Amino acid sequence: MADELKRIAEERRKWQEGVLGTVPKQGQSPETLSGVPVDILYTPGEVAEFDYLKDLGFPGQYPFTRGVRNNMYRGRQWTMREFSGFGTAKDTNGRYKFLLAHGEVGLSVAFDFPTLYGRDSDDTLAQGEVGKCGVAIASLADMETLFDGIPLADVSTSMTINGPAAVVWAFYLAAAEKQGVPSEKLRGTIQNDILKEYIAQKSWLFPPEPSMRVITDIMAYASKHVPKWNTISISGYHIREAGSTAAQELAFTLKDGLTYVEAGIKAGLDVDVFAPRLSYFFNSHLDFFEETAKFRAARRIWAREMKETFKAKKPESWLLRFHTQTAGCSLTAQQPENNIVRTAFQALAAVLGGTQSLHTNSMDETWALPTEKAVLIALRTQQLIAEETGVTNTIDPLGGSYFVEALTNELEKQAYDYFRKIDALGGMVRAIEHGFPQREIADAAYRYQKQVEDGRRTVVGVNKYTLEGEKLEIPLLRIDPTVEQEQHQRLEDLRKKRDNAKVKKCLADLKAACAGKDNVMYPILEAVRACATLGEICGTMKEVFGSYEEPPMF
Amino acid sequence: MAKKLRVLVAKPGLDGHDRGAKVVARALRDAGFEVIYTGLHQTPEMIAEAALQEDVDVVGLSVLSGAHMTLFPETMRLLKEKGAADILVFGGGIIPREDMEELYKQGCGRLFGPGTPTTDIVAYLKEKFPDRV
Repeated sequence: MADELKRIAEERRKWQEGVLGTVPKQGQSPETLSGVPVDILYTPGEVAEFDYLKDLGFPGQYPFTRGVRNNMYRGRQWTMREFSGFGTAKDTNGRYKFLLAHGEVGLSVAFDFPTLYGRDSDDTLAQGEVGKCGVAIASLADMETLFDGIPLADVSTSMTINGPAAVVWAFYLAAAEKQGVPSEKLRGTIQNDILKEYIAQKSWLFPPEPSMRVITDIMAYASKHVPKWNTISISGYHIREAGSTAAQELAFTLKDGLTYVEAGIKAGLDVDVFAPRLSYFFNSHLDFFEETAKFRAARRIWAREMKETFKAKKPESWLLRFHTQTAGCSLTAQQPENNIVRTAFQALAAVLGGTQSLHTNSMDETWALPTEKAVLIALRTQQLIAEETGVTNTIDPLGGSYFVEALTNELEKQAYDYFRKIDALGGMVRAIEHGFPQREIADAAYRYQKQVEDGRRTVVGVNKYTLEGEKLEIPLLRIDPTVEQEQHQRLEDLRKKRDNAKVKKCLADLKAACAGKDNVMYPILEAVRACATLGEICGTMKEVFGSYEEPPMF
Repeated sequence: MAKKLRVLVAKPGLDGHDRGAKVVARALRDAGFEVIYTGLHQTPEMIAEAALQEDVDVVGLSVLSGAHMTLFPETMRLLKEKGAADILVFGGGIIPREDMEELYKQGCGRLFGPGTPTTDIVAYLKEKFPDRV
């Protein structure tokens, strides 16, 4: 083996001399989007230490590099799950039915900004925002309308909600209750990843400590009552969208995940009970092979840390299951049809990376929320990959590629470099308080922008292959301006019809639970059933937990 | 020695997407302007107050949440009410062309959409304030 590597290296050296005269002189070797230098060719020499059984193994087995299931897509295709939501619950209910009718398999809820911040649609800060970026959900009634005619026993639903996750989840659980579905049957995910809110997405409610407490309460409640539910979708998507590199996305996301594991253990939970219900959510960006390598590195790192560091005993605790969304930040407002193609490349990278669930962006997302036509193309993109390309016929088809294995190793190494830096700062929560990941991301975002403006990075349609005097020719979705008024009316009617004394009592009980050590999910559910609104419940919790605001920095 | 241009970069409303605002803030600072960044979740009232307190020449609003037709006019209205109508309000984000036209009619400065190079924004401000650094 060593002899063969020597011979390959020698032949490569000879080959390289011939090449050097022919490639245009470049200031530096090309780099991935993360700044990893890319060699002109990869041979066994670039992965000399490669050990198949140790580094890759087999799908469904430690270290899961090649995939989390032993049969992957041959056994079960990834879930086609388009993130959707706009206007009122009724509007969005219509979009869900449209998508399900066209082959979508799982649901994914996009909430509007007031909902994301735990505020009712008639809150003063909600003015102008209701239903614009997602669906307005302020009460159990709204949640029931959202899933009207959609049996919750038969679908899995992912909800992108963080600060108010416990409350919105309670709305869902109570809506399912009213449909007659036992909570043990419910399948889905709440994003509920507060650490990345502080780092990137910024839709927090409370400060870190009470937020972590609520998360561990959610985990405990789920393990008892909703065992099929993914309690956290530990996310890198937003970190990437905020401007991070692939290596930073990988490192910060995994570190967040490991921090949740520590928190769960510290709260007295059995790691083998809650860890199998932790899931992940990654971005799929444009640098094709880097993305696939990133997903593979993620699985291997998580498996190793869960097994070796946290000593989890069940294989289910070692496996990193993830949802992927194609990179919104890579899409352009210019020549938006090109976004269909970008999304297709990114979706393919995610499939080759072994994702369990996938959202493909629509071409018009740099302009507005997706039209029906645009989201249908996005869904078809996934179906085309699944049905026509043949890439799902075998597991981890890029495994063994010298380039992909070298990249997987490199990204893993960079992730561990970041782990050490974060540990030196006292862990992820401390690092966030110091602004470390936020600064890394802001620096990377600025660096990227400068590269685009210098022409070192091409963005087709923006700094190259532009169209003079371009006119927008695709239809755009407009949110009905009456949505806000309609929501105001619904809330007014709700507050008139319900038993306000009961609501008051429930909120008082919730306040007491927040101040004490009892699991907050139980009093939250009681308040939800009594028709307390999102704003009222979150407001009560804020009275005890406080609010959070970050120091402005750029 | 020309007085430096003072710019307030602000995130009004609930929109938490701050990548653009931060990149613009840095670019403006690198171009030699004095930049104050408000951070997130500012009401138009808070922004107008900050603009006066910081004695800025320009307010740049970043809105990607679709709430621009509420937030831009309200901010401009409050500045006017506080006697600071001479402060230039401009901005960027996700704003459909028809809405941009309407905001221009209401007296708003240039609005910059996705794909804008930061150099365009710097050039715009230099053109608007030729006697300032």
